[in-house]
Amino acid sequence: MKWEMVIGLETHVQLATRSKMFSGSPTAFGAAPNVQADAVDLALPGVLPVPNRQAVADAIRFGLAVGAQINPHSWFERKNYFYPDLPKGYQISQYEEPVVKGGVVTFALEGVPHQVLLTRAHLEEDAGKSLHEDFHGRSGIDLNRAGTPLLEIVTEPVMRSAAEAVAYARTLHQLVTWIGICDGNMQEGSFRCDANVSVRPRGQVEFGTRCEIKNLNSFRFLEQAILHEFERQVELLESGGKVVQETRLYDPERDETRTMRSKEDAQDYRYFPDPDLPPLCIDAAWIEQERAALPELPAALAQRLQTRFGLSAYDAGLLTASREWANYFLVMTGEGTLDPKLCANWMTGELAATLKRTGLEVQDSSVSAHQLAALLRRIQDGTLSGKMAREVFEILWQEGGEVDALIAARGLSQVSDNAVLEKLIDELLAAHPAQVEEFRAGKDKVFGFFVGRAMKASGGRANPQQLNELLRRKLSGS
Amino acid sequence: MNLDDTSLRALCAGLRERTFSSEELTRAYLQRIEQYDTHLGCFITVDPDRSLSQARAADVRLARGEGGPLTGIPVAHKDIFCAEGWRTTCGSRMLSNFVAPYDAHVIQRFNEAGAVILGKTNMDEFAMGSSNETSFYGPVHNPWQTAHVPGGSSGGSAAAVAARLAPLATATDTGGSIRQPAAFCGISGLKPTYGRVSRYGMIAFASSLDQGGLMAPSAADLAWSLGTLVGFDERDATSLARPAEDFSTQLEPSLKGLRIGLPRQYFGAGVDPEVAQALEEALRVYESRGARLVDVDLPHSDLSVPVYYVLAPAEASSNLSRYDGVRYGWRAQQYGDLDEMIARSRAEGFGAEVKLRILTGAYVLSQGYYDAYYLQAQRVRRLIQQDFLQAFERCDVLMGPTAPSTAFRFGDKGSDPVQMYLSDIFTIGVNLAGLPGMSIPVGFDGQGLPVGLQLIGPHFGEARLLAIAHGYQQATDWHARVPGRGEKA
Repeated sequence: MKWEMVIGLETHVQLATRSKMFSGSPTAFGAAPNVQADAVDLALPGVLPVPNRQAVADAIRFGLAVGAQINPHSWFERKNYFYPDLPKGYQISQYEEPVVKGGVVTFALEGVPHQVLLTRAHLEEDAGKSLHEDFHGRSGIDLNRAGTPLLEIVTEPVMRSAAEAVAYARTLHQLVTWIGICDGNMQEGSFRCDANVSVRPRGQVEFGTRCEIKNLNSFRFLEQAILHEFERQVELLESGGKVVQETRLYDPERDETRTMRSKEDAQDYRYFPDPDLPPLCIDAAWIEQERAALPELPAALAQRLQTRFGLSAYDAGLLTASREWANYFLVMTGEGTLDPKLCANWMTGELAATLKRTGLEVQDSSVSAHQLAALLRRIQDGTLSGKMAREVFEILWQEGGEVDALIAARGLSQVSDNAVLEKLIDELLAAHPAQVEEFRAGKDKVFGFFVGRAMKASGGRANPQQLNELLRRKLSGS
Repeated sequence: MNLDDTSLRALCAGLRERTFSSEELTRAYLQRIEQYDTHLGCFITVDPDRSLSQARAADVRLARGEGGPLTGIPVAHKDIFCAEGWRTTCGSRMLSNFVAPYDAHVIQRFNEAGAVILGKTNMDEFAMGSSNETSFYGPVHNPWQTAHVPGGSSGGSAAAVAARLAPLATATDTGGSIRQPAAFCGISGLKPTYGRVSRYGMIAFASSLDQGGLMAPSAADLAWSLGTLVGFDERDATSLARPAEDFSTQLEPSLKGLRIGLPRQYFGAGVDPEVAQALEEALRVYESRGARLVDVDLPHSDLSVPVYYVLAPAEASSNLSRYDGVRYGWRAQQYGDLDEMIARSRAEGFGAEVKLRILTGAYVLSQGYYDAYYLQAQRVRRLIQQDFLQAFERCDVLMGPTAPSTAFRFGDKGSDPVQMYLSDIFTIGVNLAGLPGMSIPVGFDGQGLPVGLQLIGPHFGEARLLAIAHGYQQATDWHARVPGRGEKA
């Protein structure tokens, strides 16, 4: 029997707000335990939550970016359960009415367009962290993360392969960082996926029983966990077993998933509207304000790069991998004098390679877009050969400086003056009459000998194209 | 200083004219507390050093000619308000070791006004009770008859004001916790419109119903101090911004033409005849000063108690989840694992009434019961609100008994919680509708226990309510009567 995989993803996107979802504490990562927890985060007696306006604005922007409906009237509920790192004994979340309804995320997978329908996106607060090691049999609680704003984005069960799920997650990651609502840092947990996986015989309409795999914080783990879970369920079914609905945890070290809790011990969270918080009302004016603040989205920009600059879909995709990457390109081509293809080639070639080698992000690049543009302008006007430009690029990267000043100071400009090149060639031919004869007798190989000598004589600065033309003309005796 | 027969206005004048200092005034009240409170039990915490240092700071302001209506005035605060550096117990063993590290908005406003914290008053545990009998810190005795309860949950504040151990007290009202003890103790109490007083730092019982308020001998005293209590607070998302009002200058409108609505449901068979009698006489006083009586209907009022005992426990069950022994408060000594630590800490830290309400609340919110209880109660709550709004189309104020009876004896309603719950039957609707409500003393029963008249106004009608109460108090002197405070003759 052929099995089909059915996947739905729930992604917790940590919003890049300065303060927490319902308190004024900062949200920066990596602070000493409990220094970023105020009275509200500690759930002291008497404290109250106040919603973070920016977090709501971020949710609206996300909704607009995926073409979803912004709910004019949603509300916050309490999800009640006891856990030591959940200070209030409940998490404030949205249950019945989320702030964002519907929406769609589109991407191409191996050239084929895909659409993933979203069910909803809702606002909630994160819990703290329990630390069970290093405390000699006791547990430590760090509440720095408690109350951090999250946007939980839920898809319909529409994905049919691990590759599709990963492509969706990557596109979502690109989008939330692009519109500036998330820093996208997966190691720090700013973008975490839970995967709902089920299998069914191909052709069957009903879904199989699903399992939820929690806390996948890299694209690789997401893919491995889904593939592994698929195999586990298929093996189980093929050996006559049944899939039990449960929550499973992926262990990347052993590459396996294991039971976290089954449906039987599923808790009753006793959701009810939080009486401390009035309904979340979003009017059209607010929506329009956020729409105006939204940047051009990656898909639209990629399309524009193709039609306006004549780039390939592949290049356009690479250049819109992140907003910083796209901005770099747009700054370079901004003056309208540079060949967009030349810019694209240099960015995806030399720049990308150097960034990768040095472990930097494009926004931290040692060579700015303006510097690279100045460099490419000198390729375009013939001052530099490609090889020389790479040398200048290397110097720029290491030492910085101004492109034209560097070229002048190091005598790096290309020799494109015909008179200078002709003089050089004439001297060369006069010094090697035997080789001239050989060439004229039909020994074409000797041409390379002259090119090499001429290049050497010019200190490597001769314009190669011009040199070739002049040399051939002179050797042929014309 | 005659502390039995004074007003806040007179105390303020005395302080400003330097007839006496805030330190002297505070010492005088502290001395009364020392003298009487061992048999009354009004206070959970008194800290003379802290109080006197605040008093001295107020004296510095007063000496410079600065300060407002409450500068230098000692105020008793219900132990539900967090006050920085003060143990804040909420009447519970759970918080017996909790010293608040911050000020509630209400405390902050009183501190900024230069008022002196006289002490923290006794209360039903987490404000759950109508007799003050659920307090972990022992009973409060009604100063009029010490074998009787003071009412609850703000029993300590009410008894302290009645016994003149404090000229003014803060309190809170979730289902009648200001008005019912005010009635039982023969003083004036005001629960403002929901949202007028910030709940920040006021330990939550039922968030959608809780509201801070005041207790004092007279409506004029309440008007004198209400401006300090109310005000927008950005830390409470349910706080409402309103233009500032000077309540004490709005006290003199005529009662002529005042339309007093009498909900027929508030004058039924359940009301003690002596209470009904005192009310009749109070209404005569209003009529004699030009008011008209109008019969009105609150058709859903018999549902208010059941609705309240679904919604309030539901919210409480969640609000009290934070008391888990992890970060502060009571933690069990013996436990095996984390779950057991939480369970035992709560089992030991909470009293029986609190547990009963947590269980009730968890039940009505649980899967399969939510629609039938919680959602249904929310729907009926809206009907009750509409009843009030319709009634106010025909009258300016509603009047009726604050409680069906006068203060009952200790233990009288101990065995059946529903009997206890029914003592709030006339006060609960006001909380469900978010309206302002008052209780003022209008006489005594045959045992010498006070009878309270409840006044209910439309939303934000505090100024008018105070004026209507003040009009009555200018014609009568029930509010000026002082009890025996349990002294052995």
